[in-house]
Amino acid sequence: MKELMTRREFLKGSLAVSGLTIAACVTPFGIQLVNAADMAAKPSEFKPSAFYHITPDNVVTIVVPNSEMGQGVKTALPMIIADELEADWDQLKIVQAPAGEEFKNPLLHSQLTVASASVRGFYMPMRKAGAAGRAVLLKAAAEEWKIPVSRCRADRGKVINLDTQKKMTYGELCLNAAKLPLPQDPPLKKESEFRYMGKPKARVDIPEKVSGKAIFGLDVDLPDLHYAVLSRPPAYGSTHQSFNADAAMKIDGVKMVVPTPRGIAVVAKSLYAAQKGRDALAAVWGPGSHPSMNTALVEESFIKDLEKPGANVVTRGDIPKALADAAKSYEATYYIPCVSHATMEPQTCTADVKPDQCDVFVPTQGQTLAHMVATNISGLPPENVHIHTTFLGCGLGRRARPDQVVEAVIASKASQKPVKVVYTREEDIKTDFFRSAMAHRIKAGLDAKGRVIAWDHKVSSSSLKRHMGEEPKDGIDGYCLWGLFDVPQSPAKANMTYVFPNFSLNLVLSDLPIPVAPFRSVQNAVNAFATESFMDEMAHLAKKDPLAFRLQHLTGNMRAKRVLETVAKKSNWGKPLPKGRGRGIAQHSSFGTYIAQVAEVSVDEKTGVVKVLRVDAAVDCGPVINPDPLEAQIQGAVVLGVSTTLYEEVEFADGGPSSGNFDQYTIATMKDAPDVRVHIVKSTEEIGGIGEPGIMPLAPAVANAVFNATGARLRRMPLTPGRVLAALKKA
Amino acid sequence: MISLTVNGKSYQVDVPEDATLLWVIRDHLKLTGTKFGCGIGVCGSCTVIMNGMAERSCMLTAKNAEGAEIITIEGLPENHPVKRAWIEEQVVQCGYCQPGAIMQAAALLDQKKRPAAKEIIDAMDNIICRCGTYQRMKKGIEKAVFIKQKEGMSS
Repeated sequence: MKELMTRREFLKGSLAVSGLTIAACVTPFGIQLVNAADMAAKPSEFKPSAFYHITPDNVVTIVVPNSEMGQGVKTALPMIIADELEADWDQLKIVQAPAGEEFKNPLLHSQLTVASASVRGFYMPMRKAGAAGRAVLLKAAAEEWKIPVSRCRADRGKVINLDTQKKMTYGELCLNAAKLPLPQDPPLKKESEFRYMGKPKARVDIPEKVSGKAIFGLDVDLPDLHYAVLSRPPAYGSTHQSFNADAAMKIDGVKMVVPTPRGIAVVAKSLYAAQKGRDALAAVWGPGSHPSMNTALVEESFIKDLEKPGANVVTRGDIPKALADAAKSYEATYYIPCVSHATMEPQTCTADVKPDQCDVFVPTQGQTLAHMVATNISGLPPENVHIHTTFLGCGLGRRARPDQVVEAVIASKASQKPVKVVYTREEDIKTDFFRSAMAHRIKAGLDAKGRVIAWDHKVSSSSLKRHMGEEPKDGIDGYCLWGLFDVPQSPAKANMTYVFPNFSLNLVLSDLPIPVAPFRSVQNAVNAFATESFMDEMAHLAKKDPLAFRLQHLTGNMRAKRVLETVAKKSNWGKPLPKGRGRGIAQHSSFGTYIAQVAEVSVDEKTGVVKVLRVDAAVDCGPVINPDPLEAQIQGAVVLGVSTTLYEEVEFADGGPSSGNFDQYTIATMKDAPDVRVHIVKSTEEIGGIGEPGIMPLAPAVANAVFNATGARLRRMPLTPGRVLAALKKA
Repeated sequence: MISLTVNGKSYQVDVPEDATLLWVIRDHLKLTGTKFGCGIGVCGSCTVIMNGMAERSCMLTAKNAEGAEIITIEGLPENHPVKRAWIEEQVVQCGYCQPGAIMQAAALLDQKKRPAAKEIIDAMDNIICRCGTYQRMKKGIEKAVFIKQKEGMSS
């Protein structure tokens, strides 16, 4: 736990230790750089976001605001600061930030590791913060040596006197540097001067993860730690009819039975006792709000919703006229079921609520929200509530929800013990906020030259916003639409890459009770399955090559064209393949990143089994900070894409989820992993995100490849052998 | 009282006879590198080496393990070829499933000096990694084979 600290300790520590602390604060006028001395003098004028400090022992402590869940943020953000600061990599001490205003992502206005926003949100503030530190350290050295700053050079944690070759370390200079005013617009390095950015850097979190010493949420230990396991309702809207608290309390070690919003918690001295106590509860649950809901009815409901008018999100041009004028028109319907995050570390949280202080140890993606709910439930002043972020056993968006925090804080407050809430795998899947199921219906028209002149698109989806506690205005929930349409200034930058002259988009929000939340890429990957499958169908209708057809519709979008052209070249697009094999192409853009993929698949026409053999991915995300984890993110997202495309579907029965453990919910394993080849397209565009884009075009690339191999069109995910055989019959 | 031998050390633990080995290792011996993933022996996050074989500690009781030599991720030397290869190839993402994957790979290399690609997949296919690091796990195992051979370490 040595790297976890409270916000107060951090601020106290960074102000009390004499040294140079560089902070940045978000003001109405943009990012303002300050140093700690100013912060102490004028604490009420702004809310600083402290990134690093340098102490006389020559240590540069970098505080990472984001959660590390394998994406490498704990390495990438320090690379940015250390590069501009010109610090030595070996003098860095990298620590996880507590929850605090000062650590909110400027793009998201929340301390939240989502939307591929960590690096792109902090890139410029951290570059400036690093450069400002370098500038005052150089000035402090120049004053010491009584020479012009131009005769000083910063080099890996030291300033060199170019006249005498004398050196002073940042540790030696930091006290004097702290007294100097910080430049607000310090000169940034040129790309050719980058020491760390753009070059592969081994991730700092890997050695402790390989040794087994890394602390994840489930590994938190505290003196007198108690455990809570919960009895959960089997159906949505179900409440308990009875439970036997006395029987549970009779189990040796059980301390208390505590109701919470999503289940009845049994708190005990050991996990063993808590589990026995939960069994002894023998809770009886009511039938729930939709007792007949099952997998088939869920699908039927989303498809039926497409008959409703829904809310018009956007209309450009005149769709009825354009469709009437079209040389050819075509319509298709797609369905994508719910999938579960199923992070390898099941949900967990440890809370220790004392009369005057609340400590929460949690693998969370959302410190701001975790802090808010812990404050509300504990009833303590916000400054006495501390969120300690552990490593996350995968996130995928699930850990931005604070339900585990709610349960742990309630259980700890009631039992007056430190309590760790432990979910079984079955609970983790059954209580998940799933990736929403969606149905898409697209009707489009081609002109005589084979160009799309009209695109009429309707989608049905559960509302993500509603399940985050906010009712969507006018029936429009932007999260459902990322990849189809986005509002100006959105941090998701999630407009469709194609711009059709006549375009209409309508959204129907489902009234089913299935809880949903963002899942890696939010609904981008789902929306891409429909749009990029349909583009392939339109190319076929126009009798054009799928690549050429796409390029023809992207004339104004150089970045999308470039990734498509790159991936086509690298994947041998158009070259012959043996029988039973095919290639499919797809592209998508969100989070400021453009990505195109070609999937090469084999289809066994006897069994219907699809295998994804190879995936080429071309990516333009603007400047690259750490290329090796970037490649790893794309490789991993492709595997998640393969898993959700070929296997994953949450099943429902009797009004609740019936999928439970990994024996019922199949996830891709090593035999399914394709050979993923990542091609980074060098780009000077604005920096984009990389955590999510890798999954976005995968599903349509695979479905298009199956079509290319066999002529069978799959419009319903996952592409199970049964569905493939059925589609083969129709082909 | 149940007697366990883990990483060469003897422990006496006061747990019920049906207590799961995984949770005894984690909560009583405080060796939290071994992870809970599914509890039904499907995902492999809890894999330990018992008498030289990769075993799912979530499927065993502590009583089952009495008298056995158990090695957990903490007991695999830091210079073990698989651990070194995992760092060199930057296999890990979130890292949660990796102790189990590393133990599974170490057990494989104890049995096969030079596993073929298909043998690697067959041996590792019962590990679930939600981050999708399989491609790098394969490379990691190949690298570990290379390290072992280069250094002439006995299998």
